[in-house]
Amino acid sequence: MEVKEIERIMEKYDADRTDVLGMLMDIQEKERYLPREALRHLSEKLSVPLTRLYNMATFYEALSLKPLGRHQIHVCMGTACHVRGAARILDKLESSLSIKPGEVTPDLNFGLKTVNCVGACALGPVVQVNGEYHGNMSALKVERMLKRYSEADKEKTE
Amino acid sequence: MVNLTIDGKKYQAEEGQNVLEVALENGIEIPHLCYHENLSPYGGCRLCLVEVTRNGRAFLTTSCTYPCLDGIIVKTDTPEVLRARRLVLELLMPLAPEAPQLQALARQMEIEEPRFKTDEEADDCIRCGLCVRACTELVGAQAITFSGRGYRKTVEPPFGEEALDCIGCGTCVFLCPTGCIQMVDKSAERTIARWQRTLPLKACSSCGRYYIPFAQIEFARQKSREAPAEDWFDLCPDCR
Ligand code: FES
Ligand code: FES
Repeated sequence: MEVKEIERIMEKYDADRTDVLGMLMDIQEKERYLPREALRHLSEKLSVPLTRLYNMATFYEALSLKPLGRHQIHVCMGTACHVRGAARILDKLESSLSIKPGEVTPDLNFGLKTVNCVGACALGPVVQVNGEYHGNMSALKVERMLKRYSEADKEKTE
Repeated sequence: MVNLTIDGKKYQAEEGQNVLEVALENGIEIPHLCYHENLSPYGGCRLCLVEVTRNGRAFLTTSCTYPCLDGIIVKTDTPEVLRARRLVLELLMPLAPEAPQLQALARQMEIEEPRFKTDEEADDCIRCGLCVRACTELVGAQAITFSGRGYRKTVEPPFGEEALDCIGCGTCVFLCPTGCIQMVDKSAERTIARWQRTLPLKACSSCGRYYIPFAQIEFARQKSREAPAEDWFDLCPDCR
């Protein structure tokens, strides 16, 4: 991540250190993770101890120190989704992508994570991709969904 | 001043004091692992549980974080309190099975074998946060922090690597209730393995003992409002 880019994000918040969480979220959104240099840079420029930033980076689920997938898949494991077969959906995703929750595919295309209730229980089992909800999931639908995201990528590069 | 009752006796306390502080001052024993009078209360170990009655309602709470309020009634040894504390200790023990201080408490509470086990191997840390608070509030080096949350919470330097801001003062080592932070001085070097930090030591110009990390001298010079005399650190405290 370029220093210029970090500086621009800092400026957006008038380099006010009470807004550091906002800055971290912006960096996360841009890079899909928090690069170490970015944390070091913020720490130095805002006089916020690196320990404080590291603490925040590991505390919030929305922040990550490792790159996430271009398509970040959140499988809901909440109670409602669980009784409607979330485990099968997760199984399917694990085997299709050959990764475990918390991991990313080698090409960084897909990342997999489990979450506990995304607040759409009536649609369970729910899978969330890049913030979009996919309800009433089944193994078949998982297949189709993955295909759709991969194809959208291909179109974009073509 | 506020008036409160602890175990049937009346006490006076200053506004803003916490219940644990007042109890200890008056010789009432309440077990506590994460409280230190010079650090902000954290309420992390949950061992200092007491029963507080306020406005006619009784509840269990941590005495180190509960303020002395006028008219509250505190009980430190009801069966409920003792049972709750016992459970807390049983939950803490698997985290640091070897820690003498926990074992002593277990003997007091007559726990022979804690009922619980950890999934992962114990790292001897009970997440009391004394080291983190001391490093942040007392020392000011801010070299270590909590990372993660819930059952995955640990204490570590940023990125789990060498604590580059650690000055090797050893305050965390001294405060840790389980002894899980070890500090070893070997001739001219001090190592705190848990923070992956090794620092060169300065020798006393009189007795020759290596007694303080250069990093700590540097830090003290930067932090103190009045710079200590140039040669202040030449002699160790014993020779001064
Ligand atoms: S349990 Fe899955 S959305 Fe609530
Ligand atoms: S001493 Fe009160 S919770 Fe630890």
